[in-house]
Amino acid sequence: MDTVVEFFSNYGSEMLYKTWEHLYISVIAALLGIVFAVPLGIILTRIPKVAGFVMGVLGVIQTFPSFAILAFFIPLLGVGKTPAIIALFFYSVLPILRNTYTGVNGVQKSLLEAGRGMGMTGWERIRYVEVPLAIPVIMAGIRLSVVYLIGWATLASFIGGGGLGDYIFSGLNLYQPEFIIAGAVPVTVLALLTDLLLGKVENWVTPKGMKKMRQAA
Amino acid sequence: MLKFEHVSKVYKGGKRAVNDLNLEIEKGEFICFIGPSGCGKTTTMKMINRLIEPTEGSIFINGKNIMERDPVQLRREIGYVIQQIGLFPHMTIQENISLVLKLLKWPEAKRRERARELLKLVDLTPDYLEKYPHELSGGQQQRIGVLRALAADQPLILMDEPFGALDPITRDSLQEEFKKLQRKLDKTIVFVTHDMDEAIKLADRIVIMRDGQIVQCDTPDDILRNPANEFVEEFIGKDRLVQARPNIQTVEQIMNPKPVTITPEHSLSEAIQLMKQCRVDSLLVVDEKKVLTGFIDVEMIDQKRKKANLVKDIVETEIFTVEKDTLVRDTVRKILKRGMKYVPVVDHNHHLVGIVTRASLVDIVYDSIWGEVETDEISKIG
Ligand SMILES: Nc1ncnc2c1ncn2[C@@H]1O[C@H](COP(=O)(O)OP(=O)(O)OP(=O)(O)O)[C@@H](O)[C@H]1O
Ligand SMILES: [Mg+2]
Repeated sequence: MDTVVEFFSNYGSEMLYKTWEHLYISVIAALLGIVFAVPLGIILTRIPKVAGFVMGVLGVIQTFPSFAILAFFIPLLGVGKTPAIIALFFYSVLPILRNTYTGVNGVQKSLLEAGRGMGMTGWERIRYVEVPLAIPVIMAGIRLSVVYLIGWATLASFIGGGGLGDYIFSGLNLYQPEFIIAGAVPVTVLALLTDLLLGKVENWVTPKGMKKMRQAA
Repeated sequence: MLKFEHVSKVYKGGKRAVNDLNLEIEKGEFICFIGPSGCGKTTTMKMINRLIEPTEGSIFINGKNIMERDPVQLRREIGYVIQQIGLFPHMTIQENISLVLKLLKWPEAKRRERARELLKLVDLTPDYLEKYPHELSGGQQQRIGVLRALAADQPLILMDEPFGALDPITRDSLQEEFKKLQRKLDKTIVFVTHDMDEAIKLADRIVIMRDGQIVQCDTPDDILRNPANEFVEEFIGKDRLVQARPNIQTVEQIMNPKPVTITPEHSLSEAIQLMKQCRVDSLLVVDEKKVLTGFIDVEMIDQKRKKANLVKDIVETEIFTVEKDTLVRDTVRKILKRGMKYVPVVDHNHHLVGIVTRASLVDIVYDSIWGEVETDEISKIG
C-alpha cells in the first residue's frame, strides 16, 4: 500500500498527463478514421464492383502486425505523435468502413425506391434514409474501433508517440512491475469507460422509431 | 395529360420489356395496367417518373416531354406508391406523410398542418401522427403510403400493385376508400395490378398488356362485353364474362321491387306478425316518405322486446345499401364476400326501391348456366 501511495506522489501528475496523451492519440486517430471511412463506406455502396476489392485489400492490411506498420512509418514520417496517429488511423478504418458499408447496404431496397420515386436527390437519400437507418451499425463499428485503438495506442510509445505505453515498455525493460501496472490499468479503465460512453452515444443517435421497433420485436 | 408516343424499353442484355407503346391518358382518369407477370407493366409505369428511361419514343406530361425535365423535380410532382409500402421506419407518420414537403422546403408548421389535414381523408385520428410505421397495421400503413403520395397535391399518382400485399378484406376496403378519394380529389391515376377484380372495380379504363404491348385498352364494361381476342377472354375469365351479360346489368333489373317494410311507429308485435305473414326474418324500416332508415330482425325483437315497444326503439341504422344503378357484378361480389343475406336497393335520395336477396343471386347464376330461354320453359312447366 505504501508503494502505491509513494508511486502516486511521485508519478501521479505524470500519469494523468500520459493518460491524456494516450486518449488524445487514440481519439484523433479514431476521428480521422470516422471522417475518412464513413463517407468512403457510403461511396463504396454505390460501386459494388470496387467495394469487394477495397474490402479485400483492407482486410489483408489489417492482418499485418501492428509493429510492422509502425516500423514502416518511421522512415516515411519519422518519430513522434503524428506517425503514431497515422498508423492508428489505418487500423481504425477497417471496422468503421466495413460497418458503414454493410449498414448502408442493408437498408431495404424498397425504401430507397420509395425515396427515389418521391424525388429525393442522391444526397437527400443518404441524409434522410440511409445514414439514419444504418447509424446503429455504423456506431457499433466506431465503438469497436475506438476501443481497439485505445489498446493499440500503447504501441505508439515505440515510435515516440508517448501515452501510457511509455510506462508499460519501461516497466518491461527495467523489470519494474509497478510501471507495467501503472500503464496497463489506466489503459483498461480508459477502454471500458470509452466503451460505456460510446454505448450511450449509440443509443442517443439511434432514431427513436427504430428503438421502439426493436423493443416491439 | 399523359401521352406515350412509340415508347420502347430495351434492357441491357436485349430484353424488350416494352414495345412501341402508344397511349393517351386524360386528366382525372383512373387507368389500370394489367397483364401476366413480366409483360412490362412496372417498366411502363416507372418510365413516367423516369425511374426507368425509355430507349425509344417519348412521354409527354401536359404536352411537355419528360426527358427535358429535371428528374428530381419531375418526381416531386408525381405521387408514387409501391407494393412494399416503403414507409420510413425511423420517421413518425407525420414525418412520413410530409416528407415530400420537406424536400420542397415547406416550413415545419405548414407541413404539420398538411399532414393533419391529409390524415382526415382516411379516417385516422390525429394521434396517429406521432406514431411510427411499425405501430400500424398493414392496411393503415398503406393508407399512409397513399397520403404520402398526395401530400404535395400532385395531380398524377403512380401506384404499383399498392394493395397487393394486403389481405383480401383489407384490400377490399382500401380499394373502396381509394376510389372515393380519387373521385373527390380528381387525380389522374396510373395503377398497376395483377387482380382483374381490382381493375374492374377501380378503373375508368383498363390497359391489358402482353409481351410489352397493349392488347386492349377500354372501359371495364367494354372489355367485359367485347374482349378483343382470346387472350383477353382468357385473362378476364369465364365467370366474369358471364356476370357482364348486358341484359342483367344493373341492380334495378334483378331486384325484388317489393321488399317487406314497416314504419318506425309500428309496435313490435305488429312487426312480428308481419314477419310471420310474409315468411321473412327481417324487415326494412322506412319512413312515410319511403326513405330507408334501417332494419330490424327477429333476433333483435327477441332480445329487446322486454324493454322496447316500438320499431323505432330498436331499429338498427347501420345498414349497407346499393344504389339502383349499381352494376350487378359489383353487388354480387359484395353480397358473397361479406356473407350478407340481402342488400336493400335505394335511389339517389335514399328512397327504398327494392331488395336483392341471395335468392335473386340464385336466379342470376341459374340464368348464366342454363340461359334465359330455358328458364322460361321451366317456369312454364312449373
Ligand atoms: N432491370 C432489368 N434488367 C433486365 N430485364 C428486366 C429488368 N427489369 C425488368 N426486366 C424484364 O422486363 C420484363 C418486364 O418487366 P416488368 O417488371 O415491367 O414486368 P411486370 O409486368 O411489372 O411484371 P410483374 O407483374 O411480375 O411485376 C420482364 O421480362 C423482366 O424480366
Ligand atoms: Mg411489376
